[in-house]
Amino acid sequence: MRFVDEFRDADLGESLAREILGTVEPGRHYKVMEVCGGHTHSIYKYGVDDLLPANVELVHGPGCPVCVIPMGRVDDGIAIAHEPGVIFTCFGDMLRVPGSKGTLLEAKAQGADVRMVYSPLDALRLARENADREVVFFAIGFETTAPSTALTLMRAKSEGMRNFSCMCNHVTIVPPLRALLDSPDLRLDGFIGPGHVATIVGARPFQFIPSDYGKPIVISGFEPVDLLQSVQMILMQLRDGRCRVENQYSRVVPHEGNLKALQVMSEVFALRPHFEWRGLGFISQSALRLSDAYADLDAEVRFSVPGVRVADPKACQCGEVLKGVIKPWECKVFGSACTPEHAIGTCMVSPEGACAAYYNYGRFARERLVL
Amino acid sequence: MSDVDPRSALATTGGRDPSQREQRVLGIIETARAKRARFRDEQITMAHGAGGKATSTLIEGLFVPAFASPALEALADAGTLSLGGVDVALTTDSFVVKPIRFPGGSIGELAVNGTVNDLAAAGARPRALTLSMVLEEGLPAGVLRAEVEAIASAASAAGVEVVAGDTKVVERGHADEMYLCTAGVGVVDPRASLSPAFLRPGDRIIVSGTIGDHGTAIMLARGEFELDADVRSDTCSLWPAVDALLEASGPQLRCLRDATRGGVASVLNELARASGVAIVVREGDVPVEPAVAGAAEILGIDPMYVANEGKLVAFVAPEAADAALAALRTVPGCERAAQIGEVKTEPPGMVLVQTAFGGKRVMDQLVGDPLPRIC
Repeated sequence: MRFVDEFRDADLGESLAREILGTVEPGRHYKVMEVCGGHTHSIYKYGVDDLLPANVELVHGPGCPVCVIPMGRVDDGIAIAHEPGVIFTCFGDMLRVPGSKGTLLEAKAQGADVRMVYSPLDALRLARENADREVVFFAIGFETTAPSTALTLMRAKSEGMRNFSCMCNHVTIVPPLRALLDSPDLRLDGFIGPGHVATIVGARPFQFIPSDYGKPIVISGFEPVDLLQSVQMILMQLRDGRCRVENQYSRVVPHEGNLKALQVMSEVFALRPHFEWRGLGFISQSALRLSDAYADLDAEVRFSVPGVRVADPKACQCGEVLKGVIKPWECKVFGSACTPEHAIGTCMVSPEGACAAYYNYGRFARERLVL
Repeated sequence: MSDVDPRSALATTGGRDPSQREQRVLGIIETARAKRARFRDEQITMAHGAGGKATSTLIEGLFVPAFASPALEALADAGTLSLGGVDVALTTDSFVVKPIRFPGGSIGELAVNGTVNDLAAAGARPRALTLSMVLEEGLPAGVLRAEVEAIASAASAAGVEVVAGDTKVVERGHADEMYLCTAGVGVVDPRASLSPAFLRPGDRIIVSGTIGDHGTAIMLARGEFELDADVRSDTCSLWPAVDALLEASGPQLRCLRDATRGGVASVLNELARASGVAIVVREGDVPVEPAVAGAAEILGIDPMYVANEGKLVAFVAPEAADAALAALRTVPGCERAAQIGEVKTEPPGMVLVQTAFGGKRVMDQLVGDPLPRIC
């Protein structure tokens, strides 16, 4: 497969592994956080850890869009899904995320018309094809998926769709990173920056990480070679005493981001004053709602939802996992009460969640590469 | 890369030893997973039909205990029993595919080949089928006629007779065009001595050709993705492949599985669990059509979990593996058969993948339907 195989090349991987080994100071332990769930998934899927020296530790961050959805929002979604005449649509992974009374998949088995879509435009098409039904799209994701939701809503508005609405759960990446950096219980040496989010927002929003917190960040692609190269770039910054935003993923990420996407987002969305993040609590200005101009298409305006805040299950330590404070296996319920088939926490649901990635791919004792 | 034997390697490796606690947690998880699955769900969801963990809980937690049959407990593709001194294999399968016609085949062909292949994987030469049809009111007669013809020609190609049948019609909306159910009977080949219990460390694992073709063809034919690719279902009878393997390796052919729903990954997990061995797959050696790999890449799905309807996984003693592979490759449709891995001792019950990139990971049972990732 062109443009993919090159970035999964074993020889290239091995030579990067050697470079990394030549860059690390023996005796120093490096902790590098990959912010994005897509990175977590790739690291486990390709066994990237196996090519890193023992003293370079990858810590999983909060950037899995499914993992950060709090239970109350799932409950609200399920309540809308049970409304008569509603076709409730969302992305695949979201179907298995537990609310306080079950998942959307279970709601479907109980008779709610819940359908998986691959794009918000599929939801809009369903609305066109089912003029007598109310089609609701449960929008989730960081800045990566928000523009496609925005464009869909613009199209729905221009077509005058009366039976389409969106329950917006879009979140933004910078506030949780700042919250993370402010938390005292974490010592990180650097960050692998989220490549897909940066494709939209560009490199500049991450400048505060070196400027305010003195940590290097390298925006990275998602293939294993990308990840190794990004780790190497971070280690070189540390070795040379440099500290800045670097872009490893320049084949995709423009420095300025995607201005058109940012423009449609600013037209369709407005910042919420605060939003609850699963395990992380309320973070101010960290999520998007539909702007007033799009209120007619806002499912939270159209339907009455319980809107009840539901505390995370006591046993669940998703918050600590999302902050990288504990490893998935250190959670009290990991692998016992909480498994991919019966998840308590969201991190166990999405393939991008640190717990699911570790459980599905990494659940064996690793022998580290000795070069 | 060193031999994959992570647990025992731990004691000696110069790398970072995972803490004792991590080991303990992993140990507890594996003990729990090795136990027979219990069925505790309150309702049936689509996951129970997807061929992964939820399906296992249903089979091992509800059906097997209820029916208490030694033949069923083997959890093979077909049950075998001795009738008047003849070893007979018996199996049944239902077909609810949508759309009913797709590139490379149709529901009628699947209904024949699916059941024929369950018999073949049990080492039995398929002999006869029964056919039950559930038809939706309003189904155009032409559609039914076309499927009946497809069934007849697939049966003739597979060398089986359709000897009995049943027809039900349900009201419009209570079935999706047509559902088919076939049962099949075959005679166990005297050359065959197959069981998961026969797997030994060192045994080689062979797949009979490219994987993931059928499931990908169906996904694309549903038109939900707006992806166009020339991917055709691989539906065909596997008996010629089994015949060739038996001829080439006889008793050194340890075990066979038909890698349908849940794909090759599910078959390997089933066998690793059933026989308490470890299985290591070399990702780079697994044959995948470029169009299937491309579609899987875009959808975030691993072809190892995608359904096949004409591919088997064979476990062969190491000394017989090359001959088995050579024999298999002479069978039409199996030209791209390949050795993809081998049986090991540690960690028992698990399937590990050596990634083409040079890392290692677990390849687990599927939890539900493979769901595309968000971004």
